Amino acid sequence: MRFVDEFRDGALGRKVAAQILGVVEPGRHYKVMEVCGGHTHSIYRYGVDDLLPENVELVHGPGCPVCVIPMGRVDDGIAIAREPGVIFTCFGDMLRVPGSAGTLLDAKAQGADVRMVYSPLDALRIARAEPDREVVFFAIGFETTAPSTALTLMRARAEGLRNFSCMCNHVTIVPPLRALLDSPDLRLDGFIGPGHVSTVVGARPFEFIPADYGRPVVIAGFEPLDILQAIHMILAQLAADRCEVENQYTRVVPYDGNPAALRAMAEVFELRPHFEWRGLGFISQSALRLADAYADLDAERRFAVPGVRVADPKACQCGEVLKGVIKPWECKVFGTACTPEHAIGTCMVSPEGACAAYYNYGRFVTSSGGPSL
Amino acid sequence: MRTEGRKPAPREERILGIIETARAKRPRFKDERITMAHGAGGKATQTLIEGLLAPAFGLEELTDAAVMDGVALTTDSFVVKPLRFPGGSIGELAVNGTVNDLAMAGARPLALSLALILEEGLDAAVLRAEVDAIAAAAERAGVRVVAGDTKVVERGHADGMYVCTTGIGARDPRATLSPGAVRPGDRILVSGSVGEHGTAIMLARGDLGLDADIVSDTRSLWPAVDAILGDGLRCLRDATRGGVASVLNEIARAAGVGIVVREAEVPIAPAVAGAAELLGIDPMYVANEGKFVAFAAPEAADAALAALREVEGCERAAEIGEVRAEPPGMVVVETAFGGRRVMDQLVGDPLPRIC
Repeated sequence: MRFVDEFRDGALGRKVAAQILGVVEPGRHYKVMEVCGGHTHSIYRYGVDDLLPENVELVHGPGCPVCVIPMGRVDDGIAIAREPGVIFTCFGDMLRVPGSAGTLLDAKAQGADVRMVYSPLDALRIARAEPDREVVFFAIGFETTAPSTALTLMRARAEGLRNFSCMCNHVTIVPPLRALLDSPDLRLDGFIGPGHVSTVVGARPFEFIPADYGRPVVIAGFEPLDILQAIHMILAQLAADRCEVENQYTRVVPYDGNPAALRAMAEVFELRPHFEWRGLGFISQSALRLADAYADLDAERRFAVPGVRVADPKACQCGEVLKGVIKPWECKVFGTACTPEHAIGTCMVSPEGACAAYYNYGRFVTSSGGPSL
Repeated sequence: MRTEGRKPAPREERILGIIETARAKRPRFKDERITMAHGAGGKATQTLIEGLLAPAFGLEELTDAAVMDGVALTTDSFVVKPLRFPGGSIGELAVNGTVNDLAMAGARPLALSLALILEEGLDAAVLRAEVDAIAAAAERAGVRVVAGDTKVVERGHADGMYVCTTGIGARDPRATLSPGAVRPGDRILVSGSVGEHGTAIMLARGDLGLDADIVSDTRSLWPAVDAILGDGLRCLRDATRGGVASVLNEIARAAGVGIVVREAEVPIAPAVAGAAELLGIDPMYVANEGKFVAFAAPEAADAALAALREVEGCERAAEIGEVRAEPPGMVVVETAFGGRRVMDQLVGDPLPRIC
C-alpha cells in the first residue's frame, strides 16, 4: 500500500535502530513513556520493541481513552441504555468495558438497544431515521475525537433534532500528564508525545514538560518507523543534553494545532471542575462536559443517571500500569483473573490498553524458559 | 540488538507459564447469556463449543466434518446480512460452506439437505433468486440437493431468510488428514489471498461509507483439495469465521505445536489491505468463504503449492509459515517490520454477521 508500506519498511527500521545504538550510553538504562495507547498498540503490533537495544525500555502511559473511564461512568451509561425507548450508541471498544455489574454488551444481550457506531455522525443518522426513539451517543476520547463530537452536536442543534443527546466523557491530555509527572514513584527519561491529540491541540501544550520537569518530548506518528525515529530523537536530545518539544509527525501535526477544531470544542464544551480517571483518581479540570448553551443535548441532564462513584476493583492495578509504575504482567490479576475475554481492569479491554496489547501480542516464552524460537 | 527477541525476566516468565497452563485447559462455559461474541469465531465461540457442546456429546477431536466408515457428514447454518453481496449471496454460501467443510475432511462432496427458515413478508422474488443460486452453486460443486425442510417465522424474527445445509461426502482414499498429524517442520500454505469475503460483506452493509472493488471469494474448494491430496498433506482447514488467524490458533492448540507466520508472505489484495487499514482490522482475522489453510510435510509442500496454483481461484496460493516445536499452542508472527508478536485468538468482534 503506497504511503503506508514506506513507514513499515524493515530495512529502514534497522537503519534507525543502528542510529539509536549510536546515541545510547552503554551503561545507562533509559525509560521512555509512550503516552498514547495508539503507540502502545503499534509497538506491539509491529514488534518495535524487538529493534531496540536492551537498555532502552518503553513504558506504556495513560493515553487510552477507553482505559481511563471509571466503572461508575459505565454504570451511568448502562442505566441510560436501559431506559425504555433509548437507542444507545458508542464506539466498539467501549462495549466490553466492565461496569460494576456487567458491560454494555451484557446490557445488549439483556434487551437494551445498544449499537456500535464508527462515528458520532452515525448516531445522528440513527436519530434522524428513528424520530420516535431517544438516541444517545456515549462520547469518549481525548482531544482527538472531541472535535467530531462537537461538530455532531452543532449539527444536531442546527437541524433541530430533539431526540439526540450526548453523554460526554471526553478527557484532556495535559492534566493527567502533569499528575503523572508529579507522582513521586515515577522514573522517566522522556516522552513520546501523542500524535493524533496533537493534530488538534498542537505541540505547544507540551512545552511545560521540558520547561517544568526537564524531560524531552517528541510528538510522533503511529507507524513503526515514526515511533523508532521519535525514540531516536528523544535519545539524541538526552545525549546532547538538550530538552525540548520536537515534532516528528510534521506531516500531520502543525505546531499550533487545528484552530477550527479548537473553536468547535470551545463552543460546545466546558471544563469539568474535576473528573475521575480510572486508576488515577480525581484530576481537576481534566475532562469536558457540554456547555450550558448545549445543556438540552446533554444526556446526563436529560436522563436521571445514578452518578454513583464505584471504587476500582481491589485486585486491579490499572492505576499503576497507567502510570508505568508496574508492567502489565506485574499486576496481581494479569492473565489469570483478568483476561481480554473477562476483563477486570480497563487496560485489558481496549486493544490500545497496555495490558491487552501485552497479553495479545507480547506474551510468549518457550516452555524451556529461554527466549522463544 | 535483540536478534533473539525480547528476553523475559524470570518472574515474568513464570507468570506467562501460569497463563499458558490455564489457557491450555479445556474452557468452561460459565457465561450467563449468549452475546454476539459467542458467534464471532473467537474465544467465546471456542468456550461455547469446547465447554458446553463437545462434552455433552462426548466429542474429542473437533473437525469440520465427521467421518464414519468412509462417509463424511457436516452441517452449517447461514444468517448473513445482507442476503446478496458483491460476489455471491446467502444461497451460494450455503452450498459452498458445507461442501467446503466436507472437502476439509478430504471427502468428495456428494449430496446436501437444505432447510429454509423464511420470514413472513419475504419477497418471493428474493426467495426465488436464492433457490436459483443454490441450484447453480450445487451444480458447479457437483452435489445434489436431495432432502429439505421449510419453516416460516413471524415478521421480525429472521433477517429475511436463514439457510441450513447438511452435507455428506465420500472420504477420498488419499486423505489422511487430522490436526493431530501436524508436526514441527511442516509448512503452512494458504490457497489464495485472504480477507475478501468478510470485507465485501462489511462494505456491502453500507454503514462504513466506504466503496471498494472487493467481491466475496465464495467457491467450492473441492477441486483445490483434489489437486493436493496425498501422503504429505497433514491437515486442512477452511478459514471462514475468524479468518486464517483463528485456524492457525486452533491447530496450534490441537496439535500442541508452535506456529510461525511470516506476515510479508501472506497474500492480501490491495483493496482489502486498504479497507482493513482504514477500519483498524487485521485481514488475518477476516472471514473467507473460498480459502483454506493447508499443513504439508516439508518434502511435499513445494509440489502442493505448485499444484494449488494451477487450480482456478488459487492462483495466489502461498507458503506463509511453518510449524515449530515452540512455543506450544501459540502462533507467533514475524512482522514485515522485523519484530515479532503473538497472533492470538479473537476475543469477540464488533463486526456484522458475515456468513
